[in-house]
Amino acid sequence: MTDYTPSEFMIAQSARALAGERIVFVGVGLPNIACNLAKRTVAPDLELVYESGVFGARPERLPLSIGDPTLVSGAKSVCSSAELFSLYLQAGRIEVAFLGAAQIDKFGNLNTTVIGDYAKPKVRLPGSGGACEIATHAQKVFMIARLSKRTFVETLDFYTSPGHLNGREGERAALGIPGSGPQLIVTDMALFGFERESREMILTVLRPGVTVKDVQDQISWPVRVAPDIRDADPPTAEELRLIREELDPDGMYSK
Amino acid sequence: MKILTMKEAIARHVHDGDSVAIEGFTAFICSAAAHEIIRQRRCDLTLCRMTPDLVYDQMIAAGCASKLVFSYAGNPGVGPLHCIRRAVEKDDPHPLEIEEYSHYGMICRYIAGSSGLPFYPLRSYLGSDLPRVNPRIRFVDNPYGDDRIAVVPPLNPDVAIIHAQRADGNGNTQMWGFRGVQKEAAFAAKTVIVVVEEIVDEAVIRSDPNLTIIPELIVDAVVLQPYGAHPSYVQGYYDRDNKFYLAWDRISRDPEKVGAWLDEWVHATVDWEHYVDKLQKEEPAIWERLAPGENLSEPLNYGRYAAQEVNHD
Repeated sequence: MTDYTPSEFMIAQSARALAGERIVFVGVGLPNIACNLAKRTVAPDLELVYESGVFGARPERLPLSIGDPTLVSGAKSVCSSAELFSLYLQAGRIEVAFLGAAQIDKFGNLNTTVIGDYAKPKVRLPGSGGACEIATHAQKVFMIARLSKRTFVETLDFYTSPGHLNGREGERAALGIPGSGPQLIVTDMALFGFERESREMILTVLRPGVTVKDVQDQISWPVRVAPDIRDADPPTAEELRLIREELDPDGMYSK
Repeated sequence: MKILTMKEAIARHVHDGDSVAIEGFTAFICSAAAHEIIRQRRCDLTLCRMTPDLVYDQMIAAGCASKLVFSYAGNPGVGPLHCIRRAVEKDDPHPLEIEEYSHYGMICRYIAGSSGLPFYPLRSYLGSDLPRVNPRIRFVDNPYGDDRIAVVPPLNPDVAIIHAQRADGNGNTQMWGFRGVQKEAAFAAKTVIVVVEEIVDEAVIRSDPNLTIIPELIVDAVVLQPYGAHPSYVQGYYDRDNKFYLAWDRISRDPEKVGAWLDEWVHATVDWEHYVDKLQKEEPAIWERLAPGENLSEPLNYGRYAAQEVNHD
């Protein structure tokens, strides 16, 4: 079996999760490589939408940021920020969006604002950007994050973007949040879904060689484990070839 | 004609205590204007921008700002903005008041400001702590339904500074690529400075009027400043200088290095032409390295229209 890095595991798993999807809101870094891998494998008709204002991007190089000029050249449409956020996102036209965060709780709520107190933060993080609207309006949210107790915390220091809130049934809809919220978390050690009843993160898939205990050791609350938990299929030779030769030849994100 | 040098434009239109928006979503970020504001030692500015980026990190480190209105403070694709972090976390070099939104919240503020509305609604901030820490984000009853919707107030900066590919001497400004929120920011501002790579004849502008995002109607000054958006980029003119974005991550971690950098690259340079010369001395082939290949759009036909018979029946 071919060796692969934890990042390559995350990229391959995220790409496979896009099978059958059509409109994806892409982030820079791992999600970008995952979406481009999906387009070459499980989802050839996938249209890439970037927050900077692109629909149907066809990047010739690995974008340096979500506003890279390579995303403009050859795209199907480029629009203003106002159009992107109103006509594409708020109107509900995004099927899947990728998000990451400094802190994630068991209901998939996200903190990208501060560690510590807002008025006197220990660490000032970048802030919402578009995340609050993406978490609200994307029909589904997938998250990519490395598993660690610092990230997967019992209580967020700040609630930037809504996941399943307090986990109560119908809570998002009652507030008027249209999207169905987080559905999948891809980490370097395991994959999680959200349990139907509790809307809590549930461990569903392990990276081969990783145990439930290894995963639990990196999460701040007793994590739910799916009865039908299984080992992931490792990245295939073809997925690894595409990542290494075409999508990230310098290994900027996948090493 | 409204053509000024950058020195004249900043001296005339940017005053201590003003609110200033240098917009641009990772592209078209007018470092030339930011540097001239630092050089002229403006202070007590309220800096508005969706993505503060390196330029506001530098202006805040230089002591130009007392307040930041924003939605995402990061070095795009690289990491945090260390000077802004120091100001917020440690009041270093001085306290910085912040007023924080999400991206669409900032966009809606500019939309309200540009179109003369008292507020603008958006479906956001539900289940978020942002309205708790920013009382200017409010919720109102939907007058046509049973739900409540977030609203944000207009943002009308004293000055908007917009970088673009080209304009004519009166300020009709054309831009292609990521246009971000520049049109709304310009229409919302009391004073507009456009900074361009090229000044062209009005005939060039009139040959493709769909490209004009900012009309002369709202423009106060036009500044010709080639490479004025370095280290960010101008679509089709030069690429982002990612080496500098990475270098800034290292420099900006250390306040002493930031001070030395500002001294060397801003205060000790006379103007942006001097900065560009200095860049070229350090790396003679810099503009070759950053030159994009050619990728022309197909020409299109707007048509010529002869008079038609008008039927008065």
